Amino acid sequence: MGVARMHAVRTLIVAGLLVPWAMGQTSGAATDTAGGTCVSCHGSLGGEFAAPVEVEQTSVHHQHGISCADCHGGNPAQADPDQAMSPAAGFVGRPKRHDIPRFCGKCHSDAVYMKRFDPSLRVDQETEYRTSVHGTLLRQGDQKVANCISCHGHHGILPVASPKAPVYPTNVARTCGACHADAAYMQPYAIPTNQVEEYKKSVHANALMNKQDLSAPTCNDCHGNHGATPPGVDSVANVCGTCHVRQSEMFQDSPHRPAFAAMQLPGCVACHGNHQVEPTTDEMLGVGDGAFCVRCHVADDPGFQAARQMRASVDELAGHISSAEQVLQQAQNAGMEVSRPLFDLQEAGSALVQARVSVHSFSPAQLESVVKPGLDVASKAHQAGEDALHELNVRRLGLAASLVVILLAVVAIYFKVRQMDSGA
Amino acid sequence: MNSLSNQDNKTIAWLRERLGLLPLLQLVREKKVPLHRHTLWYYLGGMTLFLFLVQVTTGILLLLYYRPSAENAFESVQFIMTSVNFGWLIRSIHSWSANLMIATMFVHMFSVYLLKAYRKPREMTWVTGSLLLFIVLGFGFSGYLLPWNKTAFFATKVGTEIAGIVPVAGGFLLRFLRGGDNVTGATLTRFFGFHVAVLPALTTLVLGVHLWLVQWHGMSLPPGVRDTDVKQRNFVPDFAMHDAMGWLVALGILAALAAIFPWELGQKADPFAPAPAGIRPEWFFLFMFETLKFIPAKIGFVDGDVIGILAFGLAGVWWLSVPFLDRGRPNGKVGRLFTAMGAVAVLYIVVMTMVGYLA
Repeated sequence: MGVARMHAVRTLIVAGLLVPWAMGQTSGAATDTAGGTCVSCHGSLGGEFAAPVEVEQTSVHHQHGISCADCHGGNPAQADPDQAMSPAAGFVGRPKRHDIPRFCGKCHSDAVYMKRFDPSLRVDQETEYRTSVHGTLLRQGDQKVANCISCHGHHGILPVASPKAPVYPTNVARTCGACHADAAYMQPYAIPTNQVEEYKKSVHANALMNKQDLSAPTCNDCHGNHGATPPGVDSVANVCGTCHVRQSEMFQDSPHRPAFAAMQLPGCVACHGNHQVEPTTDEMLGVGDGAFCVRCHVADDPGFQAARQMRASVDELAGHISSAEQVLQQAQNAGMEVSRPLFDLQEAGSALVQARVSVHSFSPAQLESVVKPGLDVASKAHQAGEDALHELNVRRLGLAASLVVILLAVVAIYFKVRQMDSGA
Repeated sequence: MNSLSNQDNKTIAWLRERLGLLPLLQLVREKKVPLHRHTLWYYLGGMTLFLFLVQVTTGILLLLYYRPSAENAFESVQFIMTSVNFGWLIRSIHSWSANLMIATMFVHMFSVYLLKAYRKPREMTWVTGSLLLFIVLGFGFSGYLLPWNKTAFFATKVGTEIAGIVPVAGGFLLRFLRGGDNVTGATLTRFFGFHVAVLPALTTLVLGVHLWLVQWHGMSLPPGVRDTDVKQRNFVPDFAMHDAMGWLVALGILAALAAIFPWELGQKADPFAPAPAGIRPEWFFLFMFETLKFIPAKIGFVDGDVIGILAFGLAGVWWLSVPFLDRGRPNGKVGRLFTAMGAVAVLYIVVMTMVGYLA
């Protein structure tokens, strides 16, 4: 900022102070507000000087009584701008980009200070950040990489739980994409810029964005947030395993783990992809068209046969459940009370879900141990449905017989009545 | 009298000597039913009585297995429908018969009204009949909750809320019906009590008087039909034979409905689940429910619902008082006015019920 501009700013500030004085307010009124003279001066200046004041009012810091001076230093009790913003009063002004993590960390890394607001708040963000790709590059002098304010904003910082916050789960992909989807911005780093586009097509994004399932993962759930780092080949299964625990455990114990490691295949990602994780289907398993197993396994090798066998097991259970559902539905539509077998059939459905998880053991025997109980339950439910339909037929036959008897009785009475009427 | 005595066997004689059955037998044998173009309507009362007897019989059978608690009610009805021999038939017939009984009761009541059978000396027959209608509606309301399924639970919630609107006594009435502030297992227990003890006791009393009055006064002749113009038919056995034919047909219809359209059980009530969409009461309460929906929220300073409830209360009192108000000549100005009012009431109930189902 040039000297002439500094003078112009000071003149404006002084004028800004004089206007309320001329309006009959006391000069001390400025110090009555929470932000002291920072707010009163910047607020009266308008434009870019007033913008921080306006947005700060909505911030989480403002809600907790953190004033401008708590971050920027200075003396907000002073009406004179020179004294209020003097280095002697600790004024630091706008921090330089590479200083921002330390600037925020001044409070956020101080466990004692942060406990005043929320004892459960983390205080390792700055430390985490310094281990991240972003932090490492910043330390190396890269001024373009993300720091605290790139994701959280600055004066108008909102609580993470606020749906308007850029770090709220449904907004994270857009926030990361502001840089990572910008091909020109990312050009020096030579990394793809289609991650957000791919993520938006994934089963994860569908759950998060469309079904509003906030437990569904977004960028930071796999890459970390403050310690953002791309997961390596060895750690992919661990990342996915934070949510898909059983699948991860089974994969770790499976013959695929050493095989994948030898082939430098990135665990889960090798079959499911990374950003564009699509909904899983039974067609992914087996040896048919679209099956992933045949990408590596060739006809009649043990893995090929295992894949075929596992697919057959899953199909058998799914088929039995579907057949039982149809019979029970047919019985229910006919008015039969089959809610109990329908309820029991849910157990077979659970077995099917479990079987689809057990596929990650890549062991036909282990899969069979899950499928077998499910088949038993589905068979019983199917039998209950068949019994209900048989009972329905018995009832209809019984009804027909009863109606014949009733009809005969009515006809007999009718003739008797006619006989009596003719006799009378 | 002598011929009657000659036909008696020893058992009848023994009973007659001890129970004084002779006047009753004589009344039955001498009872006549007039034959004219409106005779068909005479069958509706008997049909309602038959369906009531079906209700009593099937209700007693259901009682053998039903357990009246929030934890067991649904499961016990489920057990009746799936595991008890012919339980499905008994439960379905009970439900269908209840609805048919209310339908025949409405038709019987309006036919009596429009044929002016409530006039002197049958005022008390009308009053007891009207009371029976209210009691039967109570049977319907209390019985609907007993399977403790989702729709019944929420319909009862709405129904008792409406009772809570009644001025002054509303709060008491709501808590009395619910057994607390909410519909809970306590509500189920007391509805069961109303359904199998209180209402049957009242019915026995009022129905006894009603039937006695019907026998005592004989069949009423509609206006315009003169005593001398009609032939008389013996009640026993001629008219009773016709009645029996109707009852057998009703039994066949009940059996067919129960076998082809078994009364569904639905899902168990869950007080913490959200109310399903389109909750509405049973069809016989629907015209009142729809009326309350059409009344504006406020009429002057008074809640629209309060005015609606008061209006229905007054309509009920007026309905009971009809024989004492319509005292002119049957075809006179007042008589025609009452006939028109009855026709409007029928039309209103039919239209509002249809609106309730189509809305």
